[in-house]
Amino acid sequence: MNVSDSTPAMNNLMGSEADSQRTLYPYVTGTSVVGIKYKDGILLAADMGGSYGSTLRYKTVERLKSVGKHSIIGASGEISDFQEIMRNLDDLILYDNMWDDGNSFGPKEVHNYLTRMMYNRRNKFNPLWNSLVLGGVKNGQKYLGTVSMIGVHYEDNHVATGFGNHLARPLLRDEWHENLTFEEGVKLLEKCMRVLLYRDRSAVNKLQIAKITEEGVTISQPYALKTFWGFSAFKNPTAGAEGSW
Amino acid sequence: MFRNQYDTDVTTWSPAGRLFQVEYAMEAVKQGSAAIGLRSKTHVVLACVNKSTSELSSHQKKIFKVDDHIGVSIAGLTADGRVLSRYMRNECINYSYTYESPLPVGRLVVQLADKAQVCTQRSWKRPYGVGLLVGGLDESGAHLYYNCPSGNYFEYQAFAIGSRSQAAKTYLERKFETFTDSSRDNLVKDALFALRETLQGERLTSSVCTIAVVGVGEAFHILDQETVQGLINEFEIVGEEPAPADETAAPDQGSSAAAQGPSEDVAPMDI
Repeated sequence: MNVSDSTPAMNNLMGSEADSQRTLYPYVTGTSVVGIKYKDGILLAADMGGSYGSTLRYKTVERLKSVGKHSIIGASGEISDFQEIMRNLDDLILYDNMWDDGNSFGPKEVHNYLTRMMYNRRNKFNPLWNSLVLGGVKNGQKYLGTVSMIGVHYEDNHVATGFGNHLARPLLRDEWHENLTFEEGVKLLEKCMRVLLYRDRSAVNKLQIAKITEEGVTISQPYALKTFWGFSAFKNPTAGAEGSW
Repeated sequence: MFRNQYDTDVTTWSPAGRLFQVEYAMEAVKQGSAAIGLRSKTHVVLACVNKSTSELSSHQKKIFKVDDHIGVSIAGLTADGRVLSRYMRNECINYSYTYESPLPVGRLVVQLADKAQVCTQRSWKRPYGVGLLVGGLDESGAHLYYNCPSGNYFEYQAFAIGSRSQAAKTYLERKFETFTDSSRDNLVKDALFALRETLQGERLTSSVCTIAVVGVGEAFHILDQETVQGLINEFEIVGEEPAPADETAAPDQGSSAAAQGPSEDVAPMDI
């Protein structure tokens, strides 16, 4: 099955009603999520944009959510699929809580459950079109992992989705270290998000940062980053070529 | 328990509100050979009496490893026990596959109990004729449960099931308060003592019993015969008869002592 076989033009040839039942391409999408481990736990950052193709249509989309007591999740990709995933996870946590037996799902268990879910859907050619970041702390153990829409999953000290892999990870590889304080962690994430804001066309300047420690989850209020556009190279951009833009 | 007109079907209540078929299933457990379990905060020890029908045959397997952190010992219809162990292993594997994490033993026993309950409410089924002592770990430490054919389950500090288990229970009742903080080795020693009580004077050797241990940092495993015999000798747990002159001949003498055999009213399918 090639990508060209799934273009709208080819749909009718591929089997009619069957196709309306599976995901072919995303509609409303979120862009990068960036996550790091720090001294007390995990920090996740994501902007609040929901793009409709190339239009930056929705600007209050919460892409960071808490999952039970011990985990937080960030999603990029199709927003409606993320809402479906959250419905699933909320049910999972609910049934886990209903046992009421002192056992609870930690981030490792949630991450693996998500991996199974994403991989399963991929095998049915009906993926949940998301790349997810899952982080958490349980019994002093920090956990940070990611799952893609085809079920690729791994853990690391810092992870990102989409453009974040290309723009943020290099910064993190240079500047991340064990035992970042909360302030250092936020500053590092903001540095990554600023680069993404400058260079990713689907980024919007309204972001949230989520923090999880042994004590619990905090998701910040939305705020904007300061940007600087006063570079001399941007002045008189058409100086050498009158009439261009 | 006498035969009566309400005991043909498991789905027939008696006027006194009893399900006789379920109670008869629990009788089958009482007739099987003894199984004992005890636990501390961090370890569970399972022990059982293993008698073979003749010197020529092997022992019935009565202790099963379900996962690294869970094991079970059974009394009653061992075939039913084997099938339920397979179910438990399957549940553990599936949970591990989905969550990369061991299935908490408390949740497994509830699933097991619900499975047993189904058989008490279908006219085309019969209750499982086996009692299971499930020992395992979860987030809050070590646990021991008893699952019974009725679909009930209970958590225990220590328990014994099967024939002549009352003798073991008496011993355990005297000592159970010491178990929570007991060391692993003392727990095994207590299991051997409790087991000896059920042998009613017969000589305790490693050929008539099986011991298994699971604990925090120790995967479930069955202790091998030499280790068990070594522990028996160490703790000098011998029968009331005078010790034989040659200790290395002990295993042979143990099995000849076992020639008195199980009591006559034990059904042939469940030694």
